[in-house]
Amino acid sequence: MNLIKALESEQIRDDYPEFSIGDRVRVHIKVIEGEKDRIQVFEGTVIARKHGGLNETFTVRRVSYGEGVERIFPLHSPNIDKIELLNKGSIRRAKLYYLRERSGKASRIKEARQ
Amino acid sequence: MSIGILGRKVGMSRLFGENGEDNSVTVIEAGPCHVIQVKTKEKDGYNAIQVGFAEKKENRTNKPDSGHFKKAGVSPFKMLKEFRLDKGDVSGFENKEFESGEQVTVEIFSVGERVDVSGTSKGKGFTGVMKRWGFKGHKATHGAENHRTPGSIGASADPSRVFKGLPMAGRMGGEKVTVQNLEVLKVDPERNLLVVKGSVPGPNKGFLMIKKAAKIN
Repeated sequence: MNLIKALESEQIRDDYPEFSIGDRVRVHIKVIEGEKDRIQVFEGTVIARKHGGLNETFTVRRVSYGEGVERIFPLHSPNIDKIELLNKGSIRRAKLYYLRERSGKASRIKEARQ
Repeated sequence: MSIGILGRKVGMSRLFGENGEDNSVTVIEAGPCHVIQVKTKEKDGYNAIQVGFAEKKENRTNKPDSGHFKKAGVSPFKMLKEFRLDKGDVSGFENKEFESGEQVTVEIFSVGERVDVSGTSKGKGFTGVMKRWGFKGHKATHGAENHRTPGSIGASADPSRVFKGLPMAGRMGGEKVTVQNLEVLKVDPERNLLVVKGSVPGPNKGFLMIKKAAKIN
């Protein structure tokens, strides 16, 4: 088991800012289209972080043209160019799935005090 | 036939590729395998090398085996296998002359190469026909009294017997299984590790035999 842990720890990325659930982030994703690759940006609220180690994923939710969109990213994937932390949120849940039932003013998250 | 290496399954993991592809991989601790005997056409009727893997204690080795290992000048091993050298040209090792005591390491494989991995599959015990042969079974409800039984196993007076080889319930697993054409994604000679794409037979810590792919596509 230690051999697997050693192999996995080599792939773990530590170049991200520390972000947690409730934070607003901007994820820069590498997209390969045929020969060319470009960067796509997805901005939203982190509503969940799941699993651990190399298999950790995080879910980002945004409302785009009135339609809720959620994307799940593997945290250590090389397809993520970078993650920008926009602001910290103050929340009382580990998973913000309740945001799915809310819209507009009710879906706001209080900003964390510095 | 080709030369290969003996190893042990460490477990499964995940390996991200350079272009961002996400692979499910099996980590194998392979070698170094010591050559214990070199068989030649003149002496033994065929060309082969016998290699050993996984050391064991001297007091766990019987006297005939102990002598065999002593002759090669190596400590006793749990697993012994032969690799034929004279048929086909898959590995490019046909003309190499091996000496007993010499080591075979993971460096015989390179990244991107295809390998065949053999091992003993996990034993499932006595299983029914649905699990063992993929039978459809019968209705779960609507008054059905049989759910997982095989149903008819043949006709009546003619042929008056059950044909040989008919799929029936019985022991499943615990047999030699080979998975072909697995891609090698990583070779680590320092830690004697081989990382292949996909799954391989058997439990973690199970013994494996890894050969260069017999069918190259």
